[in-house]
Amino acid sequence: MAQNIDPKLNYEETKRKTGYVTRCESTQETYDRIGFMSGLEVHQQLRTSQKLFCRCPAGVYQKPDDFDAEVIRHMRPTLSELGEYDGTALMEFKTRKNIIYRLKSKTTCTYEVDDTPPFPLNREALAISIEISLVSKLNIVGEVHITRKQYLDGSIPTGFQRTAIIGVEGEIPLKNKKVRLIQLSLEEDSCREVSDIGHTRVYRTDRLGMPLIETVTYPDMTNPDEVKEACNYIRFLGRSTGKVRTGIGAGRQDVNVSCKGGTRVEIKGVAHSRWIPELTHNECFRQWALLSIREMLIARCPDSKTWKPSYVLLELHAFNSKNGFTKDAKANGLKLIAVNLPGFKGILSHFTQPGKMFANELSERLKVIACLDLPNMAHSEEFDPLFAQSDWDKIDILLKPAENDAQLIIRGPEADIQTALETIEERCLMAFAGVPPETRKSFENGTTIFERVLPGADRMYPDTDSAPIPLENEYIESLSKNQPEEVVHRYKRLKDWNVPEDCFTYIFKKNLFPLIERIITELDINPAFAGKFFGHAVKWVEGQYKPAAEFDYKIIYALFRFIKHRNLDYSIARRMLPHVYQYPKMEFESVLTSIKYKTVDKEQIVSKIPFLRNKFAEIRISAGPFVEHNWIMGQLRQQAEGNMSMKELHEAVGN
Amino acid sequence: MTDDIFQGYKGSALEVLKKYNVRVWGQAVVKTTRGEFTGTVLPRSENDDDKHIVMKIPTGYNIGLDIATITGMKETGYKKANYKIPEKEFPYTEGLPKVKLIGTGGTIASRLDYRTGAVIPAFSPGELYGAVPELASICNLTTEKVFAVFSENMSPDHYKKLAIAIGKEIEAGVDGIVIGHGTDTLHHTAAALTFMVQNSPVPIVLVGSQRSSDRPSSDAALNLMHACTAAGHGDIAEVMVCMFGPTSDEYGFLHRGTRVRKMHSSYRSTFRTIGDTPLATITRKGMKAIKETYNHRRKDRKVAILPYFEEKVSIVYYYPNMQPDIIDSLVEHGYKGIVIAGTGLGHVNKPLYPAIERAAKAGVAIYMTVQTLWGYVHMFVYDTGRDLMALGVVPAENMLPEVAYIKLGWALGQTNDLEEVKRIMLSPINDETTPREPYNGYLIYQGGVSEVEDFIRKVHK
Repeated sequence: MAQNIDPKLNYEETKRKTGYVTRCESTQETYDRIGFMSGLEVHQQLRTSQKLFCRCPAGVYQKPDDFDAEVIRHMRPTLSELGEYDGTALMEFKTRKNIIYRLKSKTTCTYEVDDTPPFPLNREALAISIEISLVSKLNIVGEVHITRKQYLDGSIPTGFQRTAIIGVEGEIPLKNKKVRLIQLSLEEDSCREVSDIGHTRVYRTDRLGMPLIETVTYPDMTNPDEVKEACNYIRFLGRSTGKVRTGIGAGRQDVNVSCKGGTRVEIKGVAHSRWIPELTHNECFRQWALLSIREMLIARCPDSKTWKPSYVLLELHAFNSKNGFTKDAKANGLKLIAVNLPGFKGILSHFTQPGKMFANELSERLKVIACLDLPNMAHSEEFDPLFAQSDWDKIDILLKPAENDAQLIIRGPEADIQTALETIEERCLMAFAGVPPETRKSFENGTTIFERVLPGADRMYPDTDSAPIPLENEYIESLSKNQPEEVVHRYKRLKDWNVPEDCFTYIFKKNLFPLIERIITELDINPAFAGKFFGHAVKWVEGQYKPAAEFDYKIIYALFRFIKHRNLDYSIARRMLPHVYQYPKMEFESVLTSIKYKTVDKEQIVSKIPFLRNKFAEIRISAGPFVEHNWIMGQLRQQAEGNMSMKELHEAVGN
Repeated sequence: MTDDIFQGYKGSALEVLKKYNVRVWGQAVVKTTRGEFTGTVLPRSENDDDKHIVMKIPTGYNIGLDIATITGMKETGYKKANYKIPEKEFPYTEGLPKVKLIGTGGTIASRLDYRTGAVIPAFSPGELYGAVPELASICNLTTEKVFAVFSENMSPDHYKKLAIAIGKEIEAGVDGIVIGHGTDTLHHTAAALTFMVQNSPVPIVLVGSQRSSDRPSSDAALNLMHACTAAGHGDIAEVMVCMFGPTSDEYGFLHRGTRVRKMHSSYRSTFRTIGDTPLATITRKGMKAIKETYNHRRKDRKVAILPYFEEKVSIVYYYPNMQPDIIDSLVEHGYKGIVIAGTGLGHVNKPLYPAIERAAKAGVAIYMTVQTLWGYVHMFVYDTGRDLMALGVVPAENMLPEVAYIKLGWALGQTNDLEEVKRIMLSPINDETTPREPYNGYLIYQGGVSEVEDFIRKVHK
């Protein structure tokens, strides 16, 4: 039965039928057609010295294997409002995970491992979150209430995240539209995962409890590039205060995506905003593909209530797969179960994402919910089948499938098989409904995998360990005095200064605007030169060299001031920069020696031009219009830098 | 009826709600000088101020609004929340032991009303089954609420009621008793029950939790499973405390009721046996004895219930420069017994001597314990000790101060004859004093030492 369709052909065919186009080929019409809708939850760590609810240092990290002690815990679901267990809760309980926390004395106290109640909320973090709420034009609450938001994956040892709303209903301007903000909350960061194998998940607790703000937008974005633009704007807003952390892991976003007729799916923990367009594009099409699967299934089996898979335990010795699938099962005492999925022929190899098919959705859930380590599944529509046709024929005898059925072979420990079968049945039934609400994990190539069931709304509880914190008008007013200029105004000013647009992202990402402004006003430097100096030269140097000590951008102010006082031309700065960047503690005078700078009279430099012109005539090999000019410039540039402006030299060389 | 509509609101905040005609549980749009807010008005905690109104906004979070900023409010809907723990009938399984869970008011199993934050206790077997379904595979559980007080409000009357209730259950034929109790004074109750319920044929297990069961990381469910296992299947027929061994979810300890003490204000593994090893470790699979001698489970129902207590007993925790009037005032107020928690081997300063002498002359029973908790009172070592004994202070061996307090109250509840009291005090009922202190009865290792650090890296804390 299994070979009646060609999986590769079917994949391409379903991809075409779904109407998938690559992002380059897509236009706004593409996204309007599938009803692209997306919202953001942008997380940014705050630059405080201590954690949010205890006095442990913030921003001190440990290596995965570097720990002083371990604690093991389990998470139990608590009953939700209607006495039902929340979907995620039930899933996490099914997984029966042993959660191990790796503790380092330096960064972890009894609060992080939930052995002591919270200490009063860090006031520095509160002030920063209010400042950022003010620049985000949010309505600031009158009293901050700490809420518990349940997470049962173990990423927070209490089983909930302490979080508090600071402001609601704001907006940010994009190039072509305004995006509304739902809220901004101040919350504690979670653990970092070390590993998740079988029934054991390991976390380290260094990052746990660090203060974080989460800015949530309405789903106002209607194409992938807008999502990225909004994300960058929110991050730049935070950075414009100079009080958020930057660097790897300091900012992460969850991206919510749905298509017309789809469901809100949350792509978790996207580390870079540049990944957003591809991820949201693919997710929207994944949902679109799942809707096409839904149609096919309903046509084949109109009443999903009667749909039921059948299964049979396989005799291990009778089967022999490629790649050690059966051999490893024998060695590790795993069971093989064949499952028949009525009406799923052509669905398993149905396109979902670039390089992924519906069967992946099953395998990913088996890994997360039933804890079956990969590879946990073989199926009848693989591109590169693990089992030979003769094996599938044997399975057909056992399962007696009908014409339109598809088959799986799942592999796992006996204790997990029941959950595995339930997981398969559950996901297949969801295919009749369309798009299951999930959180998904992102990959750099723009695809995602199942992470967990999307939690319900009823997982918020007031934190009985913390008192509400009133926010007086005077306090908010005092904080509003620290407010930085709005990012959108700064955009305009950079434009007015003729700073090229390709410099903007770098300048806002690093929050360099205030420094550039200071250099321009205090040292009387050409604004476009200063902007380009950072947006091109500094950015380039950062990618090329490693500084010997911590490099603070303020050194560049000192560099320009030095050049000014030394009466040099600012053009020397570019040559000094690589040295200054690599050795931030070196005196500028020594840098000049290192780059072999010599004071030369302007006249002396210019006087060499006639000689060089003659020389060029002798060695000339090309007849282009500016060849002579460029060659002479090249010969004199090094002597000229610092002694005269390049513009003057340019004019002196003439053509 | 205003209470019902404006739950918890008072003063100015109540006035604002009345002015705009908005009720608790009303969905409202609120205009303020800081912008517009929408959400459901929630009840306010009684202890919070009257300057804010609490709302649950549509995303599920709670916020407070400063009434000084409110310029208008409009109720657009109303939805009252009623929360009840789901009850499922506790299934009866033939062959499983009968365990009685006695409630004292501590919330062993509970959950939070997600709207108000109020803790709703789960107590009936049905409710408990809803919260901890694993219990049904351990025992056949029935429950009874004897009274409802917080742990810190437990009093001698409660100890007596509890002892009598336990006696009745044992006579009625249960296989084991679990007592749900707040943790703060769990060890006081454990000591009291050891003295008041003697020769029990079945386990009597006191259990609590350090993290309430409305939290996913709670220790309550596991403690309850451990306690029911110890009560239903365990062989130790004594009054015990069952709480976490390590802070990890690994195993519980069964501590003898007279040697156990709460040693950390918030840790899960807060209960420790002092000056000895715990009785046993316990997991859901069963109990593993650590101590070789203990009272074994029996088939008979011969239990002695001795519910006596004299309330005029006090603990005096000695500190340098304590003034004699502390002792005098106790005597003046009619106290019949004083337990001193002395320094070191059992000492107090000289200026207290006359007061102690006056107390002894007035017929007050005075016993010396050590505030070091570990170790014995040794009053022959220094003159101070000898002087104190001459004044009438009786050394109480290695009895923990709290246990000595409970035992002295229990002894004085039976007799005023100081010689008889002394006989009772110094005849151990169940290891409140022990003839010897094992070398592994005092293990407080200090972090930072390489061998200790190696140990905690290898063994789950």
